[in-house]
Amino acid sequence: MTHTRRHRLAFGLAAGALGLASTAALAQEKEIVIGAQCDRTGPTQIVGTVICPAYHHYMALVNKRGGVEGYKIRVVEIDHEYKVPPAIEAHERFKKEGAIMTSAFGTPQLLALLKKFEEDKMPVTSPGIGSSAAADGKKFPWVFPIAATYWSQAGGAVQFAKDRLGGNLKGKKIAYMFFDNPAGREPIPVIEDLAKSEGFQLRTFGVPSPGIEMAAQVLDVTSRFKPDFVIAHLFGRAPAVAIKELKGKGFPLSRVVGLVWAGAEADIIAAGGFGAAEGYNTIQYAGVGDNYKVIKEIKDLLKSEGKSLGKEFESTVTFNRGVYQGAVHVAAIANAIKAKNGGKPNGEDLRKGFESVAALDPTLDGLAPPLKLSAEDHEGGGWVQVWSVKGGKFVKTTDWFQGFRAAVQKHVAEENKK
Amino acid sequence: MFYREAGNFKTTYADDMALFPLPITRWSAVVLLVLAVAVIPLVLHEYYLSIFNLIFIATVGALGLNILVGYTGQISIGHAAFMSVGAYTAANLAVKLGLPFWITLPAGGLMAAFIGAIVGIPSLRIKGTYLAIATLASQLIIEWIINHTPAISGGAAAAIEVARPTIFGYELKSQRDLYFFTLFFAVLAIVATLNLVRSRIGRAFVAIRDQDIAAEIIGINIFRYKLIAFAISSFYAGVCGVLYTYYFGIATYEAFQIVVSIDYLAMVIIGGLGSVLGSVLGAIFVTALPVVIRLVVEAFGGYIWDPAMLSAVSASMRLVIFGALIIFFLVVEPEGLARLWRNLRNYFRVWPFSY
Repeated sequence: MTHTRRHRLAFGLAAGALGLASTAALAQEKEIVIGAQCDRTGPTQIVGTVICPAYHHYMALVNKRGGVEGYKIRVVEIDHEYKVPPAIEAHERFKKEGAIMTSAFGTPQLLALLKKFEEDKMPVTSPGIGSSAAADGKKFPWVFPIAATYWSQAGGAVQFAKDRLGGNLKGKKIAYMFFDNPAGREPIPVIEDLAKSEGFQLRTFGVPSPGIEMAAQVLDVTSRFKPDFVIAHLFGRAPAVAIKELKGKGFPLSRVVGLVWAGAEADIIAAGGFGAAEGYNTIQYAGVGDNYKVIKEIKDLLKSEGKSLGKEFESTVTFNRGVYQGAVHVAAIANAIKAKNGGKPNGEDLRKGFESVAALDPTLDGLAPPLKLSAEDHEGGGWVQVWSVKGGKFVKTTDWFQGFRAAVQKHVAEENKK
Repeated sequence: MFYREAGNFKTTYADDMALFPLPITRWSAVVLLVLAVAVIPLVLHEYYLSIFNLIFIATVGALGLNILVGYTGQISIGHAAFMSVGAYTAANLAVKLGLPFWITLPAGGLMAAFIGAIVGIPSLRIKGTYLAIATLASQLIIEWIINHTPAISGGAAAAIEVARPTIFGYELKSQRDLYFFTLFFAVLAIVATLNLVRSRIGRAFVAIRDQDIAAEIIGINIFRYKLIAFAISSFYAGVCGVLYTYYFGIATYEAFQIVVSIDYLAMVIIGGLGSVLGSVLGAIFVTALPVVIRLVVEAFGGYIWDPAMLSAVSASMRLVIFGALIIFFLVVEPEGLARLWRNLRNYFRVWPFSY
């Protein structure tokens, strides 16, 4: 919230009744500060330029509705350009501004701050980024993935492949194409495990950064390995290239599923448009499209303020993730305030608030998964949906489901025992 | 006016070779040191100290790169890779063997120096942009090796957590504690470089930079000194990487990718090639200026742009203004900020008279 608007609020109240002026001053005190790390200008700007505005829009809506339990939300955003040192500076700045939680962006930045969050007792959310092992709340008390981790996404992808291939993977061949960095390799152990238990043959194909040239890998996949299904875990411009190449080699896109960073509108458009990518499947941790009550409210709010809808509204996949993230934060903050009987929560209170998140803002409808966070499970169940390109838009193919939950959880437990 | 040599007579060799020959420079060095040690950490908020910490760490890296690029004239786009070598060496030693930072830090530096010397071998035959490509290759090769060798990277995540540094049982945790930690190494690096560049080795570097054939004719073993330059430069980079590792509490190669190499190259070019002061100024410029620009845009941008849009605007404006300032300073003084400072000093040397 800005100075001018805060002042206008104070003036309005003072004009109403003189006695209320002191309340206005108090209202200024009643403020929760959130630090949001963003990347609007770096290599992942394709996500950052949508998810960050979406987050701000949702918080503006929440404030317009009267805030959270009487508290206004103020988001301090810092753009770190996907570089690590500015993320450190951002964290210290958030602390200075009085932030009680951080919305992180980027795996290296999260890793470099892991110790700091612990030392400063500040909860941090990392939906779709960060290590899957952080789903274990006992081992990582301050990190909240709040959405399906890469492991859960991989479980979901294999489950989807199984359903598509007639409910049995025995003797089938699955190719795993991944961006050759730590995040890209992360799901491999889970898929390998499932290959053993489900009896399918797995081969992995690494695509070197920046992943804009993968003709060789795709030829390897389609002509030599000839898989029944392809799971693609790619970032940036790579997903579009993969779709183009697979299609060019005549591989049916209906037997390709991309994990969460390989399935935004921008990827499809860069791959030649929705017509060209017909059939392509994507794993999602938040709903797609703008047919949700909350999105309409955000648009109405902007219209009522006389503002035009920005470019961020064009990418509903990423936009909705920003809204979802905001809704989880708001739910956690509400829990924390309620637990303190209206008192202002600190980081420790907010952590407990997160651990008791069960229901989100009802206007999100189907946008959010049926997540339930607890002291053990900071991931909230690992729910995913599959959306497919059909007739020029994304169409919901499955409802929320948990793919091979037991196998994923076993991995989380094993990883954290090390 | 303040800075004048008149009346300062050097009567001994020691006087002539002093690091700070004039009383005014001696005193300003002392004042700066007192400021850095006793005033800044006690007066400023932790937030500002975190910026200082990043500047100090960057200073060590920039000094290393300046020895190679500025003093020896060998261009390198692989500086960040040597940082990651130092970082992973230290992290592995700290985690697997439980060694304290005063062993892992030089060990990380030495390992980086060793790898750096190997990478420096092509410099014997190729120069300029060709060498740039060779070092670029080394950046990618080192990155790939770390990424694909679990024994180095510590597993699929390629990240190794290290404990905070401790001195006599005291854990350096807060930004204030770490401020003294990074300051110590930054000062050490500055003093070491100041002394290096006026030693026999430093003079040999400069001779190679200015004209390598001439240098060879006057008896400088070019092969040896080029490798020494690569090794020393990489040692600094390694130490810088170790400092980052302890500062972050984790070693991750993703913090040392090619953009970081470019950032450091920008530091030494903007600051001034072949200048210790330039490395420091460059580190300050590249690290702190984006922050300053953002603070200014946040404070005054509300009068120009829609306040609700400010976070989007400040991210873009930071890049625009930062880029414009780089161009501005390099047009005003192609030899960098250090030269600008020297011009200023020379002006005041004879002020108020122009000769």
